[in-house]
Amino acid sequence: MALKIVKGSIDRMFDKNLQDLVRGIRNHKEDEAKYISTCIDEIKQELKQDNIAVKANAVCKLTYLQMLGYDVSWAAFNIVEVMSSSKFTYKRIGYLAASQCFHENTDVIMLTTNQIRKDLSSPNQYDTGVALTGLSCFVTPDLARDLANDIMTLMSHTKPYIRKKAVLIMYKVFLKYPESLRPAFPRLKEKLEDPDPGVQSAAVNVICELARRNPKNYLSLAPLFFKLMTSSTNNWVLIKIIKLFGALTPLEPRLGKKLIEPLTNLIHSTSAMSLLYECVNTVIAVLISLSSGMPNHSASIQLCVQKLRILIEDSDQNLKYLGLLAMSKILKTHPKSVQSHKDLILQCLDDKDESIRLRALDLLYGMVSKKNLMEIVKKLMIHVDKAEGTTYRDELLTKIIDICSQSNYQYITNFEWYISILVELTRLEGTRHGHLIASQMLDVAIRVKAIRVFAVAQMATLLDNAHLLTGNMQRNGICEVLYAAAWICGEFSEHLENPVQTLEAMLRPKVATLPGHIQAVYVQNAAKLFATILKNQEGNTDSTAAQETSQMMIDRLPLFVQSANLEVQERASCILQLVKYIQKLQQKDVEVAEEVSALFAGELNPVAPKAQKKVPVPEGLDLDAWINEPPSESESEDEQPKAIFTKEEPKHSRPRHTEVDEKELARRREARKQEQANNPFYIKASPSSQKVYQEAPGVEHIPVVQIDLSVPLKVPGLPMSDQYVKLEEERRQKERAEKKKKEKKKRKEKRSGRGKKHDSGPESEEDITPAHVVDIVTEEMPENALPSDDDDKDPNDPHKALDIDLDNLLETTARRPLADSEKLPVRSHRAAGAPKSPAEDGEAENATPQEPKKKSSKEKRDKKKDKERDRKRSKEEKKKKKHKREEKEEDLLGGQAEEAAVQSEETKEVEAQPSSTSAEVSDLDFWLSNAPVPSNTQEAATVAAAEADPAPEAPAGTAADSEPEEPKDTETEESKSSKHKKKKQKKEKEEKEKKKKKKHHHHHHHSDGGGEESVQNGTVEEEEPLPPMSNYCLLAENSYIKMVCDIQGNLQDGSQVVVSVIFENKSDSFLKSMEFNVLDSLNSKLQRPEGSGPHDGLTVPFQLPPGVSNEARFVFTVQSIVMPQKLKGTLTFIVKNEDSSTHEKLDFKLHFTCTSYLITTPCYSDAFAKLLESGDLKSSSVRLEGVNMPFHHLLARICFHHHFSVVERINSCASMYSRSIQGHHVCLLVKTSAQTVSIDAKCDEPTLLGNVLDEIKQTFSQC
Amino acid sequence: MIKAILIFNNHGKPRLSKFYEHYNEDTEQQIIRETFHLVSKRDENVCNFLEGGMLIGGSDYKLIYRHYATLYFVFCVDSSESELGILDLIQVFVETLDKCFENVCELDLIFHVDKVHNILAEMVMGGMVLETNMNEIITQVDAQNKMEKSEVIL
Repeated sequence: MALKIVKGSIDRMFDKNLQDLVRGIRNHKEDEAKYISTCIDEIKQELKQDNIAVKANAVCKLTYLQMLGYDVSWAAFNIVEVMSSSKFTYKRIGYLAASQCFHENTDVIMLTTNQIRKDLSSPNQYDTGVALTGLSCFVTPDLARDLANDIMTLMSHTKPYIRKKAVLIMYKVFLKYPESLRPAFPRLKEKLEDPDPGVQSAAVNVICELARRNPKNYLSLAPLFFKLMTSSTNNWVLIKIIKLFGALTPLEPRLGKKLIEPLTNLIHSTSAMSLLYECVNTVIAVLISLSSGMPNHSASIQLCVQKLRILIEDSDQNLKYLGLLAMSKILKTHPKSVQSHKDLILQCLDDKDESIRLRALDLLYGMVSKKNLMEIVKKLMIHVDKAEGTTYRDELLTKIIDICSQSNYQYITNFEWYISILVELTRLEGTRHGHLIASQMLDVAIRVKAIRVFAVAQMATLLDNAHLLTGNMQRNGICEVLYAAAWICGEFSEHLENPVQTLEAMLRPKVATLPGHIQAVYVQNAAKLFATILKNQEGNTDSTAAQETSQMMIDRLPLFVQSANLEVQERASCILQLVKYIQKLQQKDVEVAEEVSALFAGELNPVAPKAQKKVPVPEGLDLDAWINEPPSESESEDEQPKAIFTKEEPKHSRPRHTEVDEKELARRREARKQEQANNPFYIKASPSSQKVYQEAPGVEHIPVVQIDLSVPLKVPGLPMSDQYVKLEEERRQKERAEKKKKEKKKRKEKRSGRGKKHDSGPESEEDITPAHVVDIVTEEMPENALPSDDDDKDPNDPHKALDIDLDNLLETTARRPLADSEKLPVRSHRAAGAPKSPAEDGEAENATPQEPKKKSSKEKRDKKKDKERDRKRSKEEKKKKKHKREEKEEDLLGGQAEEAAVQSEETKEVEAQPSSTSAEVSDLDFWLSNAPVPSNTQEAATVAAAEADPAPEAPAGTAADSEPEEPKDTETEESKSSKHKKKKQKKEKEEKEKKKKKKHHHHHHHSDGGGEESVQNGTVEEEEPLPPMSNYCLLAENSYIKMVCDIQGNLQDGSQVVVSVIFENKSDSFLKSMEFNVLDSLNSKLQRPEGSGPHDGLTVPFQLPPGVSNEARFVFTVQSIVMPQKLKGTLTFIVKNEDSSTHEKLDFKLHFTCTSYLITTPCYSDAFAKLLESGDLKSSSVRLEGVNMPFHHLLARICFHHHFSVVERINSCASMYSRSIQGHHVCLLVKTSAQTVSIDAKCDEPTLLGNVLDEIKQTFSQC
Repeated sequence: MIKAILIFNNHGKPRLSKFYEHYNEDTEQQIIRETFHLVSKRDENVCNFLEGGMLIGGSDYKLIYRHYATLYFVFCVDSSESELGILDLIQVFVETLDKCFENVCELDLIFHVDKVHNILAEMVMGGMVLETNMNEIITQVDAQNKMEKSEVIL
């Protein structure tokens, strides 16, 4: 037996490897799936082996199968096993597999943290490298948080191979754990000047990625990048930097000016096309940012355009494509310079490469003018005829429409021409864009009143020739235009020349083969048309004509009443009855036309696309508030155990409609059946009814004629757009001639006077007048619509979180030093255990008052800048006196020299610090404001040294002066980031809630297990529902208002606590202007918006009508969390009655329990066991007597009120875990017997533990 | 950033797929199919850039590809990458493969996809270009292979 096992495992050793698997798959082409499924079975067997080599081999094969699309997530744990092998060979296989199939929701990732940490610190650089590569693919927020510090250390590794990988992966870490950006940034910046080019390139890469999303935070790095750009020879680095500058210039035009010259030099000198292209691109970006009022850059534009022309003319299709791409960027700001290359671009339209043709089309869009629109569209129409593939033809079609309709039909001078273009486009067979043409027809006909007569005539012709359009219905999107045609003919039927003929055309039997929604429009508009005809005919003496029309309607409409489409059927039967009634009246010689046309009276106006969205929400209307009482909890009984853990959020269940009882339903059903039986037009459910109709004679016998579209189709009566081009030419010539005449006259007159001479050069844009007065009806918008353009911003962009102010980190003298909480979590609990020393606390205290408090104002900023400049100027003057020959100092290195000087100032005078930091901010200004004359470092160093001397005496006064203005620049940014933080917090909350839910799931899982056991024991306690619980406790209450609050730690920020307060208006009055204020303690502070004083209250962002409650959140920063604490606070508000309003206030005490610093964190039992074994935790215990509740209630209470999660539960014993916002682990072992509960607890912070236990005790003493 | 690197042959059979963003297996296959469809119908002498398909990316993303004999090398990148730069990178990648496999052909990629992954890992990491110097890449790959061999002997 034992021999068998050994033999088996040896067999396995020689089992299939990856190559065999691949070969096998190739040999089983017919039954590949079957073969692979047997392979997977084998792999499963292999994974069960203890031999790591076998496992690794299996995992390797799985990686291959994953590529073929097989889900291998079931083997995630085995992958982790292989990852943790000590052999590099297997480790690499494991990490590769993990990088291919792990993602954020892979739960075993949690188990990898320590393994990865071990590999990162491995003495073998390739272990580290493989771990970094793998991690870059599957890093999660948790991993990022736990490993950020380790990776940061690696950024200074001795091996460049590791350094560059560590630098690169930091970008992923930042994305997942934005808090790490500030602490890691100085080191990252350092790496920009790493001696190894690979590391340098990686750092550039990361900063470019960061800056691309939030460029403004990286402006201050511009001098450094500038230096790199002028010194580096690595094209990759250069390209990245130049691209980065392209992103920065829009924010700082002065930077652009500085860049133009070196970039132009590069353009002239480089031989690398990729670099040349990026330079051109950035120059274009610079020119765009400078476009306002910088006339003297035409040389640069010319250079760019000229270089791009060379690219476009190149035989290399790639260069051609990129040239066109870049050209389209210039087009936006300098259309004139591009327009001169129209020939080239039109030529590109003939290129065989579709990508290039599409690019050229894009360019055309921007090149049209009133003058050349017709000509360009004519060219495009020729291409439409020639185009072979439908995709490209469709693209052309949309482009034609885009070009013509752009900026509200700005370039169209003759709408008759445009309508005929649209009509011509309808001849494209098989296009997908029928609806686009249709909507254009509708839009033009509705908005351009003058064109309606013409449009209606054209549409009538279209309707008449509908059979040509609908040639073969199945794959024809073009019949959509009939929708527009029918609607236009109906709506504007008063313009129809021969309405009866059109009506006849709309009621042809063939119409019934059109799609339902079009038929519906046909029917409806036939009725409109009918109304118009009646009106016309009733004036005549001959009443038979009118009756004939009615008869025609009655004859034809039944066809539609039989339609399978409900809409058509409904409209048709309604109108049929109406016409029948009209006919009756007509026979009695009653005049009906007035009344019939009243049905369709009134004009339809176009409504702007976003009009609905922009209607402002009236004040006092809360769209999220319940109108009725939310449904009672009892509805979701089965979900109740979950509901205990989440806050009561009944959002998912909606108030039900009043229920109709069964009898009533049955009665109604019966009634409907009766009705149907009596209705002759109701088609009873017979599946063949539709078919029968389709095979009806009349349709079948019409021979289907295939239309050969290679010959352009000329429908009689339809105009050709070309004729308009000629006409237009003639018209314009005429106009020109007339103008000239007039001008001659004028000149004659003017010759006598001293009037200015007009230059009547070539025809300019304004000279072209539209053919007829065009009255473009603007789209309607609601009154007082909110102007908002940011409708389409994506709130989920991960890069938003990285919008973090970094300026003050850049130098050693940080204005906002890294707070303790911002430091990266250092290797978990071991070190963090010690309580903070008072000195540290003090430091932190000092740090906060430094936060800017002054209100920012532009004036101040400007003033300050002036002062700064003054100061510098005076310095410079001094310098000049001393070292006249060092005038060239004003370059970017000079800027640094300035910094150095400033720093030395600082060391001497502490008071001067604020001013010196502000000087730093303006270093950029300084650098930018000077001419770019590069000089070498040595010179700059001597300048710095020289400057360090005179500096201390001079700026003391100015420093004091500028001190109050100090905070401005960063202030705005900081306020932004704080706003951002709030958002994030919200998100976090949601996430937390989600997590909680998950956890409950988890918990459930465990308790389910427990449940089984308890069933074995003969009790059914698990079935017992948990009583509802809430963490909201009363904060304060008076006759007007009641405040309840819940306090939660902030998971992402170890120093923050979020207090959610629900304000409930108990009075009959309106409560407004609520202000929430708390007296800060040394340890805890209310976070106030930037610019408000330390004692200012926070305005509650809502008002409360009588009986309404609403929730507001307040963020507090806390330093130490080991002790509970109380904060006194006051709420002031105005009570407004109909006649009076009084100021009221309410005092309250906020109680920050230690529990509120705990965050529910899931923990696996093995990790839990390790934690307990580690011996770093201090223990403590407590006994609760007389607790009279089921054990699972008890656990639920601890989980809910004290933010714990159950790790494991066995019978009446459970282990629980939680973590504080500052990373303390709290472990509980809860046992119960009879009515006594004993809790043994361990935590790395004894004070915290003691307090938490006290609080738990209190919770249970209350119940 | 590079969002994905795909290698497939003239029939659309995947030879290597590396996604730097998570998709489930079905979506991955769909992306490969769609990309193959887009790329394969293009002529030989047209440009190597392609505005991305529906599944991957969106307007900011481009497909940049090269076609070598029986294989397509496709990189899906966003606008922060230089188009011509990526084309060069593909060239470097292929040349590196050529050096490592000695006259690389499709069969090498078929049977040694793990090795191709290892080479790629030295060039691109987490969607960002790590190294563009071929000699450096080969040095690192060789050193790691040597380590593997020494472990086998042990």
